[in-house]
Amino acid sequence: MLNYFDPKTEHTGAGSAIDWTRDYGTPAVDSDVQVSLDIDGVAVTVPEGTSVLRAAALAGINIPKLCASDNLEAFGSCRLCAVQIDGRRGMPASCTTPVAEGMAVTTQNAALAKLRRNVMELYISDHPLDCLTCPANGDCELQDMAGAVGLREVRYGFSGENHLQAEKDHSNPYFSFDPSKCIVCSRCVRACEEVQGTFALTIDGRGFDSKVAAGQDEPFMDSECVSCGACVQACPTSTLMEKSIIDEGQPDHSVVTTCAYCGVGCSFEAEMKGDKLVRMTPWKGGDANHGHSCVKGRFAFGYATHKDRLREPMIRDSIDLPWRAVSWEEAIQFTADRIRDIQTRHGRDSVGGITSSRCTNEETYLVQKLVRAAFGNNNTDTCARVCHSPTGYGLKTTLGESAGTQTFDSVMKSDVIVVIGANPTDAHPVFASRLRKRLRQGASLIVADPRHIDLLKTPHMGEGIHLPLRPGTNVALINAMAHVVVSEGLEDEDFVSRRCDPEAYRQWREFILLEKNSPEHMETITGVPADSIRQAARLYGEAGNGAIYYGLGVTEHSQGSTMVIGIANLAMATGNIGREGVGVNPLRGQNNVQGSCDMGSFPHELPGYQHVGVPEVRARFSAAWGVDIDPEPGLRIPNMFDAAIDGSFKALYVQGEDIAQSDPNTQHVEQALTSLECLIVQDIFLNETAKFAHVLLPGSTFLEKNGTFTNAERRINRVRKVMAPVAGKEDWEVTQDLANALGYPMHYSHPSEIMDEIAQLAPTFTGVSYDKLERLGSIQWPCNEAHPDGTPTMHEDSFPIGLGRFGLTEFVETEERTNRRFPLLLTTGRILSQYNVGAQTRRTDNQVWHDEDVLELHPHDAEERGISAGDWVGITSRAGDTVLRARISERMQPGVIYTTFHHPGSGANVITTDNSDWATNCPEYKVTAVQVEKVTEPSSWQQRHQTFGRRQWQYLEQASDA
Amino acid sequence: MAEVHTVYVPRDTTACSLGAEAIAQQLGRHLAMHSPDCRLVRNGSRGAFWLEPLLEVETEQGRLAYGPVTPEQLPDLLAAGLLAGTTEHPLYLGPVDDIPWLRRQQRLTFARAGVTDPLSIEDYRTHGGFVGLKKALSMTPQALVDEVKASGLRGRGGAAFPAGIKWQTVLDAPADNPGNPQSGRKFIVCNADEGDSGTFADRLVMEADPYMLIEGMIIAGLAVGADYGFIYLRSEYPLAHQVLQEAITRAEQAGWLGADMQGSGRDFQLEVRLGAGAYICGEETSLLDSLEGKRGMVRAKPPLPALKGAFGQPTVVNNVLTLAAVPWIIDQGGQAYANHGQGRSLGTMPFQLAGNIERGGLVELAFGPTLRELVEDFGGGTRSGRPMQAIQVGGPLGAYLPAAQWDTSLDYEAFAEAGAVLGHGGVVVFDDTVDMAQQARFAMEFCMVESCGKCTPCRIGSVRGVEVIDRIIADDNRAAQLDLLAELCDTMEFGSLCAMGGMTPNPVRSAVEHFPDAFGVTPESSAGAA
Ligand SMILES: Cc1cc2nc3c(=O)[nH]c(=O)nc-3n(C[C@H](O)[C@H](O)[C@H](O)COP(=O)(O)O)c2cc1C
Ligand code: SF4
Repeated sequence: MLNYFDPKTEHTGAGSAIDWTRDYGTPAVDSDVQVSLDIDGVAVTVPEGTSVLRAAALAGINIPKLCASDNLEAFGSCRLCAVQIDGRRGMPASCTTPVAEGMAVTTQNAALAKLRRNVMELYISDHPLDCLTCPANGDCELQDMAGAVGLREVRYGFSGENHLQAEKDHSNPYFSFDPSKCIVCSRCVRACEEVQGTFALTIDGRGFDSKVAAGQDEPFMDSECVSCGACVQACPTSTLMEKSIIDEGQPDHSVVTTCAYCGVGCSFEAEMKGDKLVRMTPWKGGDANHGHSCVKGRFAFGYATHKDRLREPMIRDSIDLPWRAVSWEEAIQFTADRIRDIQTRHGRDSVGGITSSRCTNEETYLVQKLVRAAFGNNNTDTCARVCHSPTGYGLKTTLGESAGTQTFDSVMKSDVIVVIGANPTDAHPVFASRLRKRLRQGASLIVADPRHIDLLKTPHMGEGIHLPLRPGTNVALINAMAHVVVSEGLEDEDFVSRRCDPEAYRQWREFILLEKNSPEHMETITGVPADSIRQAARLYGEAGNGAIYYGLGVTEHSQGSTMVIGIANLAMATGNIGREGVGVNPLRGQNNVQGSCDMGSFPHELPGYQHVGVPEVRARFSAAWGVDIDPEPGLRIPNMFDAAIDGSFKALYVQGEDIAQSDPNTQHVEQALTSLECLIVQDIFLNETAKFAHVLLPGSTFLEKNGTFTNAERRINRVRKVMAPVAGKEDWEVTQDLANALGYPMHYSHPSEIMDEIAQLAPTFTGVSYDKLERLGSIQWPCNEAHPDGTPTMHEDSFPIGLGRFGLTEFVETEERTNRRFPLLLTTGRILSQYNVGAQTRRTDNQVWHDEDVLELHPHDAEERGISAGDWVGITSRAGDTVLRARISERMQPGVIYTTFHHPGSGANVITTDNSDWATNCPEYKVTAVQVEKVTEPSSWQQRHQTFGRRQWQYLEQASDA
Repeated sequence: MAEVHTVYVPRDTTACSLGAEAIAQQLGRHLAMHSPDCRLVRNGSRGAFWLEPLLEVETEQGRLAYGPVTPEQLPDLLAAGLLAGTTEHPLYLGPVDDIPWLRRQQRLTFARAGVTDPLSIEDYRTHGGFVGLKKALSMTPQALVDEVKASGLRGRGGAAFPAGIKWQTVLDAPADNPGNPQSGRKFIVCNADEGDSGTFADRLVMEADPYMLIEGMIIAGLAVGADYGFIYLRSEYPLAHQVLQEAITRAEQAGWLGADMQGSGRDFQLEVRLGAGAYICGEETSLLDSLEGKRGMVRAKPPLPALKGAFGQPTVVNNVLTLAAVPWIIDQGGQAYANHGQGRSLGTMPFQLAGNIERGGLVELAFGPTLRELVEDFGGGTRSGRPMQAIQVGGPLGAYLPAAQWDTSLDYEAFAEAGAVLGHGGVVVFDDTVDMAQQARFAMEFCMVESCGKCTPCRIGSVRGVEVIDRIIADDNRAAQLDLLAELCDTMEFGSLCAMGGMTPNPVRSAVEHFPDAFGVTPESSAGAA
């Protein structure tokens, strides 16, 4: 029996009277001035600037409307929301009429009823009468309004001019466009502009010929549409309609949950028919997304029921053998026996585990607890190692906490927005939409990135500066910017003197003023003109509110941690910390990177970033867990690989992680995995890592379990189970079974109990509970006595370490350099439609946007090598070589090439090297020196990979047959 | 008789379309050969289109007029002694100032039209130009706004909104708009889209007296604190465009426009932007979108353009005629202007007689006389000679007035009471051969073609309106369709977002009401339908 959470009844009363299932017609307005008016005899008081329509809705008075929606600015085109106002002429539209003190409004009388009915009659005179067979039947605002206004006849008849024969567009895999149903309310066009910021839709033609058009009146798929779904969401009729609803009909119930794709952590209503998910609708009450979504979260959920899902536990003695499907009991016992046997033979430290940034906080917590309490060592690490570990290190040393300082909404108060090494429109699309909205309002943008990312092409934005630096020179750039800030007197001396450690500051200041850090000097290193750097530094230094957002382009470098420190230094020096609109904001890649770090996944830190070396910390955990905690930090992922190859590390439990595809230097990883005696993989698919496994434990998707995810703004969001796990167990249950089989007792009956334990042990989580999450919707940690409802903005009055500490950031060139043999720099990244290793998105229709990884290179580099678009090109680095198809692109600067790693066969990580961040071992994915040439066949690794992969699939099929 | 020194041949669009250009060329050649001392001046038009091309010669008795002169008639006229100021030729009209059609007008705004060389700053100044601006440069913004308020000037673009109140709103509007690159600025936008059929007064100002408009816009800028102006010009006015561009350049060179005007330390820049060629782009919010390079689409108000207009900043949007009246008002004082007219309709209105009319052209009159006086005394009835049937005043959205209403006084309030509008002052006359049902259909069709498509009553209603009228004409369920038409008109009037859909019922309803026969409505059937 599933427990459904019904926000409609449970969520109201959570401090606000807003009912997220209702549409109040126009957006909420923020004002200190309250205005009182009378609507139909009801006294209403609302903030100044509120529309009459919204004021009425807040008072429970529903004025008919069609073109109005509370996530769009008032438009005033449908005219259904007409009202009468004492002392004013005519029948103004209430959506575009702001309230005024003492105003007396009538929303219903005979004259208004007649006007509305007659307007509706006009609509219906150009609308098909196929309500009963229409996919929107039961969820159509036009139908509702026709009912509300009491339309009984269409006196114009149906023989007049109309659009009933307009041609449908089915080009998008997820939704259809049927213009014959269109009422030209422009909600889709406005949603595309105001909510998403893509401006892919327009109204074409004038008057009666007005029609919604994608791009230059082309099919949706050929236009700039990014398939975020905002238009579909906005459509009041069935003009824009999910194909799933066309096929399945309207959902019968829904559950609010959190998306399992990127670090934005959008809230969605999972809309169900029985136990079948038919639609994911962005939830307006979601604090991270406010009702917006991207193509992944909105549409790409089909993988959950894909035929490739692992449905039974499986074991085998060797990776050269077919799988044997077994019961859960047998699989768990087999695993426990193997681990204990290996530990007996090779020592306690010969085994370890890897937690997942995609699983819930509770699951991650349990895996590290399993390693620490049942394995008895600290050999736990997580995929954050390969993405944001430098963020943890860099922010902890400077600001005292390993997390971004702001909420996403904070960006709406920023004046200057700096984006470094991040590509939000692809990797964090919903946040990017908010950022773009702010840019349209006039905030300035500075982008430091080797590529001319799409954010720089934001329609209708103000000033934008691009600093196209050479890969690997981030620190040089940030130093040069800081140099300008300090040498030109743009520091916030007051902030620095009140909030920062004076000695560390003095040393830093002295260092940064050195001539070698000047933009003029750094120009030769970064390739960015000194003038541009000066201009950017001044813009940021003089901004009222300057905010920095960064991504993996900052962390995945040999100086990743140094760069994070440099960013924090710059923010502190300019006083851009501790209030809304400013801050240092890592954009986390995966849904729960923040959470997996918080939960003690790292070998040196227990949950809540508490070092294992500290006796008092260990004492508390020992008391709670009833075991001794090893005082020595355990192995990091790369150390595990090395130790496996050395023969000292023998068994690894990997939950929801595909290290064979996502970690650098694939051939090295493969060698390590084949060296293991027992590899236990818990995943929803036979991923690349699983092909090397001895135990396969079928995982559950986010739809099949309860728990929490923590997004990039430290927001803890509930994940709610909407369907039963395909293999019968939620992931945390499997870990628990394994612990019990290993003789370490765990007896949780629900993830909420795991969260209660976390709250006891992690100081920043003491106030968190499922009850409170239910009440507040979400909580941003720290949540404790000082901040019982959580902490949207960090470091307002002081830093967790007291004074902020500036760190010295000497630029050290990476060892990964170009030379005659490897003259180009390869950098890697991701795109909108695919997610990470692609295991999920490749099993959805998102494939239509990106069914292969390609190599982007500048026309100049292509020309020099005789490469044309579509050619096969071999890419060779010091680590290996692979073959991809070429795409010629002006987004690249000459000398820099780019690819994605969404498809396993691409072997992008065969070429990336073992180089890594000096402090955290985060791999240097973003810089690899390579050469490319035209070739005619796949690389030898690719050929081997394919053969191996095919065999492993056969082994799996043989098991299923058995 | 002595040889004259100056001959005037108008250069405006109407005169040129009637042959003025050819006349000027012929005359130029003639003068070069025979009378090198005689100057040929291309003046603007006086707006007496029924006399165009109207030639004038400067004599001791003043300027003598000849017209309408065709290029073919010119040799004969020259032979008869045009250059000596002959009074003997059949085309001779007497001293211009004595032509009753002109003499009986009260020309404040159009006082210089046709008198001067439009591009000569010297001419402009000799005839009182820039006096208002000189004065304005020494006045406070509030004093300027007060003067305009005192004049009673109302918008001449159609809505007749008091100009002084609009200016006050813009003057008082804060211009800071954090994040907007235009923050801190205000704008003056001149609506020169002149879309009403049969109107030409805006064009005449721009072609005959462009500095007056420039001066009016600068004064508006001084009054509200704007340093930039746009003239949004109808794209079908190439000649006005050319004249304006040249005038702007000359005014800048002479220090009347641009930075530090007349050493005052005040700046005002002016730019002409061409319209998008759609009627709806004359509607002010749509105009602003179009001005910003977007598709002209009506915006809901509020926000008023006065508070959030061009590029999101406080903006005065005024018609050409409104702004053109300003220099006179500042020069002579608001009270002097208000001394013309009556009630709340103060000053003068440039009426534009067109359609089936004997003596078409621009008639500037103080508010007050009746419509009949205008079309009969000035217009001289129909050109066809047939009886007048209906007069449409105020452009395509204005009502058709039947004979019974022709004694309505030309005054905003009196017209409103008659269910009609003065609008931009267009007066189009129809004789008794015109089918008023077709005229009603035309009004709906006009709305259908010109609708921006934003709001439902207009977008769909106009199409259905045409269909319903067709059914009425075809006698297909006529009584029911007439009822439906009446309801549709109400829906459009009360439901439309802007006056395009909101006023289309004016011509439709007036046609049905006053010309029932045209719709096949007999006294019996109307009694049944009532
Ligand atoms: C459909 C429509 C067309 C209009 N066209 C014009 C026009 O061509 N010229 C004009 O000055 N005003 C036009 N207006 C009026 C303007 O919206 C606006 O009222 C005027 O520019 C304000 O200036 P005024 O106050 O000086 O009249 C139009 C209005 C509507 C509704
Ligand atoms: S009335 Fe017509 S022109 Fe005006 S906003 Fe509506 S559709 Fe556009």
